[in-house]
Amino acid sequence: MKALRNYLDKIKPNFEKGGKFEKLHSTFDAFETFLFTPKTTSKTGVHIHDAIDSKRTMSVVVLALIPALLFGIWNTGYQHFLALGETAEFWQMVGYGALKVLPIVVVSYVVGLGIEFMFAQMRGHEVAEGFLVSGMLIPLVLPADIPLWMVAVATAFAVIIGKEVFGGTGMNIWNPALVARAFLFFAYPSKMSGDVIWVSGMSKGEGIVDGFSGATPLGNVITGKLDLLPTTLESFIGTIPGSIGETSTLAILIGAVILLATGIGNWKIMLSVFAGGYLMALGFNAIGTTDAMNVDAIQQLCLGGFAFGAVFMATDPVSGSRTETGKYIYGFLIGVFAIMIRVFNPAYPEGVMLAILLMNTFAPLIDHTIVQQNIKRRLKRVKVNA
Amino acid sequence: MSDVIKIKKGLDIRLKGKAEKVFGSAAMPELYAIKPGDFPGLVPKLAVKPGDKVKAGSVLFYDKYRTDIKFVSPVSGEVQLVNRGERRRILEVVVKSDNQNEAEKFGAVDPKQVSKTEAVEKILASGMWPFLRQRPYNVVANPADTPKAIFISAFDSAPLAPDYDFIVAGQEKEFQAGVDVLNKLTDGGVNIGINNEMASKAFVSVSGAKTQAFSGPHPAGNVGIQIHHVSPINKGEVYWTIQPQEVISLGKLFLSGSYDASRIIAITGSEVKNRNYVKTKVGALIKPYIENNIEEGSLRFISGNVLSGSNIGKDGYIGSYDSQLTVIPEGDQHDFMGWAAPGLKKFSVSKSFFSWLCPNKEYALNANLNGGPRAIIMSGQYDKVLPMDILPEHLIKAIITEDIDKMEQLGIYEVAEEDMALCEFVCTSKLEIQSILRKGIDVMIKEMS
Repeated sequence: MKALRNYLDKIKPNFEKGGKFEKLHSTFDAFETFLFTPKTTSKTGVHIHDAIDSKRTMSVVVLALIPALLFGIWNTGYQHFLALGETAEFWQMVGYGALKVLPIVVVSYVVGLGIEFMFAQMRGHEVAEGFLVSGMLIPLVLPADIPLWMVAVATAFAVIIGKEVFGGTGMNIWNPALVARAFLFFAYPSKMSGDVIWVSGMSKGEGIVDGFSGATPLGNVITGKLDLLPTTLESFIGTIPGSIGETSTLAILIGAVILLATGIGNWKIMLSVFAGGYLMALGFNAIGTTDAMNVDAIQQLCLGGFAFGAVFMATDPVSGSRTETGKYIYGFLIGVFAIMIRVFNPAYPEGVMLAILLMNTFAPLIDHTIVQQNIKRRLKRVKVNA
Repeated sequence: MSDVIKIKKGLDIRLKGKAEKVFGSAAMPELYAIKPGDFPGLVPKLAVKPGDKVKAGSVLFYDKYRTDIKFVSPVSGEVQLVNRGERRRILEVVVKSDNQNEAEKFGAVDPKQVSKTEAVEKILASGMWPFLRQRPYNVVANPADTPKAIFISAFDSAPLAPDYDFIVAGQEKEFQAGVDVLNKLTDGGVNIGINNEMASKAFVSVSGAKTQAFSGPHPAGNVGIQIHHVSPINKGEVYWTIQPQEVISLGKLFLSGSYDASRIIAITGSEVKNRNYVKTKVGALIKPYIENNIEEGSLRFISGNVLSGSNIGKDGYIGSYDSQLTVIPEGDQHDFMGWAAPGLKKFSVSKSFFSWLCPNKEYALNANLNGGPRAIIMSGQYDKVLPMDILPEHLIKAIITEDIDKMEQLGIYEVAEEDMALCEFVCTSKLEIQSILRKGIDVMIKEMS
């Protein structure tokens, strides 16, 4: 370690102002602080600081995403061989899935981080770690067959328009990963919805066994093929077609446990999203006039991106509500809207993305209301005393 | 005594290095310094020059804009030097003690008989006025005001804080005299916030003051938090605060007629070998207390506690308001992949470090930032450690954007740096909350006057 440190200290002047690689200062700094936490000590205010920093925070979230990623890799292979009607070994499925999924992850990180490094250098900032999470979220909300160039375009759009134009990590209005997905959803709808894109290899239409539809359960609900709906257990485990990381509620819940145990994910938001979705689904069950209304409430929470959105997207502190009371309202409404869009709008079987983006937009309004209440309480105090 | 007020939000940082409740035998230091920097917003005007003979209570400098507020020498001796910083700003006025303990005479008066004007004049003349601080803003009080009430916190809940019960023991009479004087200064009475678990006789049995018990984690012992829970500050209201040892000094002033700058100070921190209490005076040089008494390595010397104290260096002097010296490692070295390590020796509110597995462990924390400054990302962190009906993040944002209306509406009158110090400690984005808050307070003072 010592040798590495000495080497870094030796080459560091090249990256400082006036050095040979001045333009790579942010990049060097990002790698240096990745290897060694900086030796900066507190100048004003408190003399000791909590050990947590944004690197630690973001890496915990990435860690929490790993179960969903691993399951997604396996499921991509599993669905592929299921569609072909072939039997395959576990490792064959994993191998196939990895070949499909990992390139998407790599493209997302390379494109996103590349842009981040450029902006950090232009602004003279340190590279913010926010994209470590976004870069993992983006692949997980996409179908496995997505062309890589689309991943690149969507990631660039998300980072530049979704985040950097607002000033970078911490300043954005919408969750960048959802911006990427929404971009693809509206720009290339044929690659983001329908029956054939969810199972890898199906869009080429080779050797699909009879009776295998490839549609997501939500797609089936909308088209009225309720007999093709998986059991609640299947949708909980996740052996169903869908975006790479969203199918397994089980894997997502493992991530949720990591986030909640470390205190990094917000339980108020997670709980209220599930509560809002569950109550809304129960309400629709009671009305029960269409097929979509009749889907079991628990199963609704396991289908599509609901669990993934609740655990990883809605809890994004930057784009979500920032007041404690506001978090309940914000989360609850995400749940309600997600199910509502699902049930009422056949064009968008997946309502979670839109529900979260919508509530991202309204989060500042919710916070404003809560802040005004605090102000009113303070003014009332004066009147009582007077 | 009314019901206990339970403080739920907050955080006790378990630091290594509490002082043992015994008095150390270190010799009294030769040098003492009064630092204008301890009094936010003060523009000092010197009244002495190096070589001048002074007694305890002789004026060293005064407030340029409120000339009756004087800052006096804690000991008798000779003015040794005036340390200046950038643009000739006065940093320290250093007095070399002659060990004679001569003091200016201000005349003894019975605290129970004294009139308000007489009390104010005496406190001003003796140079004890700066110990009365006002909320809002936490600055030296204005002698022309009559505060709504005076608050004293009889315990300090900060990490490694001195135990006032131990300090005050045996000085009950002087404390009572001080409270009597304070009662003359306000119509609203004197409030003492005591620790529910234990409180010394001096505090519990004092007459002429309301006591209110508090329980819960730091910052339960902060006077600002106590005011907020007993009688929150509204716009236009002024409260005064004073600390227990200063009340004793005030009592002595009226009983004996001279300024007694005695203080008992806790020597704490993981890097101190013999941790105990020492009897000294306001502004003491810390050298005798750390000589042959500290560990090797790069260290940070803090007058006060680790959250709101000031970095004074190894040749520094204890601040006028402080009753504690804390020595911790500087931590100015790199840590390999520190963000990824399990972190058994790291203290964090989040459970992302495995140190949460040992809930009773004490930590030797250093001054490292543990990360780089970022934009605010996490939400709700500040709320968990500020036991007030205030939205800390929104207040801080109002200050950063210099939105005066919002600052006022969101409660800037109710907070001082020390109250929000824990917010700074827990902040993932390493914002300098206390310095931002002081800037906000400065803006308010400027706008409101």
